Amino acid sequence: MTPTRKKRLITAALIVAGGGIATALILTAFEKNLMYFYSPSEVIAGEAPAARKFRVGGLVVNDSVKRVPDSLAVEFTITDTVHEVTVVYEGILPDLFREGQGIVAHGLRRPDGIFEASEVLAKHDENYMPPEVASALAAAKSGTTLKHPQ
Amino acid sequence: MIPEIGHFMLSLALAVACVQAVVPMVGAIRGYSNWIALATPTARIQFLLVLAAFITLAHAFVTNDFSVAYVAQNSNSALPIAYRLSAVWGAHEGSLLLWILILCGWTFAVTVFDKGLPPKFASLVISVLGIVSVGFLSFLLFTSNPFDRLIPALADGGDLNPLLQDPGLIIHPPMLYLGYVGSSVAFAFAIAALIQGRITAQAARWIRPWAIATWIFLTLGIALGSWWAYYELGWGGWWFWDPVENASFMPWLLGTALIHSLAVTEKRGSFKNWTVLLALATFALSLLGTFLVRSGVLTSVHAFATDPGRGIFVLALLGFVIGGSLVLYAWRGPSTFAGGSYEPISREVFLLLNSALLAVATATVLLGTLYPLALEALGLGKISVGPPYFNVVFSAVMLPLIAILGIGQFSRWKSDSPKRLIQNLAYPFSAAVAAAIVAMIMLGGQKMIAAGVGIGFAVWVISTTVFGIRERCRGRQHPWFTLFNLPRALVGQCVAHVGFACTIIGVVVTSFYSVDEHQRLAPGDSAELAGYEFHFVGLRTYSGPNYRSTEGNFELRRDGQFIATLKPEKRLYHVRNMPMTEAGISPGFTRDLYVSLGEPLDGGAWSVRMHYKPFVRWIWLGAVFMACGGFIAMFDPRLRSPAARRGEAPAKASSVDL
Repeated sequence: MTPTRKKRLITAALIVAGGGIATALILTAFEKNLMYFYSPSEVIAGEAPAARKFRVGGLVVNDSVKRVPDSLAVEFTITDTVHEVTVVYEGILPDLFREGQGIVAHGLRRPDGIFEASEVLAKHDENYMPPEVASALAAAKSGTTLKHPQ
Repeated sequence: MIPEIGHFMLSLALAVACVQAVVPMVGAIRGYSNWIALATPTARIQFLLVLAAFITLAHAFVTNDFSVAYVAQNSNSALPIAYRLSAVWGAHEGSLLLWILILCGWTFAVTVFDKGLPPKFASLVISVLGIVSVGFLSFLLFTSNPFDRLIPALADGGDLNPLLQDPGLIIHPPMLYLGYVGSSVAFAFAIAALIQGRITAQAARWIRPWAIATWIFLTLGIALGSWWAYYELGWGGWWFWDPVENASFMPWLLGTALIHSLAVTEKRGSFKNWTVLLALATFALSLLGTFLVRSGVLTSVHAFATDPGRGIFVLALLGFVIGGSLVLYAWRGPSTFAGGSYEPISREVFLLLNSALLAVATATVLLGTLYPLALEALGLGKISVGPPYFNVVFSAVMLPLIAILGIGQFSRWKSDSPKRLIQNLAYPFSAAVAAAIVAMIMLGGQKMIAAGVGIGFAVWVISTTVFGIRERCRGRQHPWFTLFNLPRALVGQCVAHVGFACTIIGVVVTSFYSVDEHQRLAPGDSAELAGYEFHFVGLRTYSGPNYRSTEGNFELRRDGQFIATLKPEKRLYHVRNMPMTEAGISPGFTRDLYVSLGEPLDGGAWSVRMHYKPFVRWIWLGAVFMACGGFIAMFDPRLRSPAARRGEAPAKASSVDL
């Protein structure tokens, strides 16, 4: 084997080995940390996973925000204009969280159907609607469902 | 009238850019020297025209000309003058104009500092930059003209997004753009090399300072963005793996790989293919960043354009640049760039491994950023990839990278013996292990092992740097003389690597030992966090130039000892009726204490967010060190080509191929 060939072989072997390990690691971590988005209608229909975190988004229903006195716990309802989901959250809501505003919550669905949020996101602009929420509203209106990869 | 002049200047600039893109290129390929000679004047005229257009737009902002639609949307007569100026690049059209101005500025700089290059090669570089400029000027003029009139004019403007009304945000976009757009120089260089079919040692030496300068701006731009997010968004986080952040981080990772690979190409003549590919990819990712951020694909404070036509235009431009350059690479690359020999254990191989690891890191970030977008674009559903993915995968790539960095900067070029390496690395290795153990004991807690390992890796970078210098000076006739006369590129390398170690320490300690708490506090209440007492004294309200603020007053104490007064604010900006949080921070070398107001609750109480962030400043301090290192290395006299230094005709030296 000529030195050049040997060098190339070593380089190629290193690349293949490194690439293989890296790809395996990456895909495992990737799969573990994917979060799917569901609309309130889909959550009510039971399509959302029970034991895995997911995202749900919709408009905050007017007069639905209830605070628990002397704590930071808060409960509110979000809607895609057809179905509603109750969300509980403990912590500080974002600046632009308001009734009537589109928000997205990350978290788990409890067995009693209430969504326990670990994070609540509202966007930076008061006219702005998160695109997931916009399409969830449109889908609810037309009676279709959002698509989900298997 | 004045805005029309600006518009006219831009149209002229496009015409000049077309000449700059075509004529010198044809001249260089055909060998017409008078065509080649057009490169410099066209580039300079174009720069002046775009600068004039930019000044015109700034003038419209300063004089509150609300008959210009862009000004009316993004400024207000109550806006302070500094923010009126920064509002020039506060939204889509103006930031694109800034992009082009910076591109022309870089091209102008190339025309000034191209003495070390053969004129043919230089004209090719300028011509490629002209092509990029044609693309972006057309984009600006045909889809997003900043000088469009609004008839009838508004009485007052819609104000700048309050999030952008911050001193940090005045300089963050220009810095980042200098970095993004700077990568176009290395890109043009790579394309010119592909067209010519060779890279001379001289040309490789010429491009190094440009690649380093680009990297410095990106480093500072990203650090500024991170710092801004930390104090302005009110969550106490310094990096969110947000697609917009990733968009700037990917060119940085590849740019880092590029400056290292370029060092090998310049010094040893190896890896020419890889260097060229990295230069192409860095620019492609900068364009991708521009596309992601500006097209409205992503939703964030940065996403301005909602017009799908714009997104398609940038996408087409992106496709043209990536596709075109890859085709050129596939066609010309492999056959032309061979050279340089090295053994499997040598500095070359360690540098190659690390630049490959950086490319892998870039690919993982790219996957996490683009996969959700692609899935959505194909109508296959909406997903998001959480920060844990990035954290896990990124650390997994960084650990071997750091290990190899230490070995690499200790090893010799061309060939090294494993025995020598193991013998000499014993000291730095022991230092790293000792540091890891000490850190575990001092930090303690559940996460002590992970934190200790992280610190050990950071110390490994520092100890190999220090022992590397010692190794270099030892055994010389005048070790002290050697120490004080190290080549500047080496000094820069050491400073940048120590900066990298600082950032690692900051990231590790902040990630594992930050404490935060959300609490309901009324005036007079106190809360305790990490041994510090936050005492809520009271609130006051005041009026700013274009907002009303509720300002909290917190006294910070430790063991009864007064430390600082923190004044977090909740502002309401009038024009957009938008609330904003300003954090109150007590900064420190080893810890930050951070408090921000959430929302008013019943009984005069507020929800309050408190953070204890140890070593968080080290993250940005490290970035400053990295930039300083780059700055020192950039001005290594050796990088100025001998021809330029002696004022000789460059053609002679350039005929020596590596």
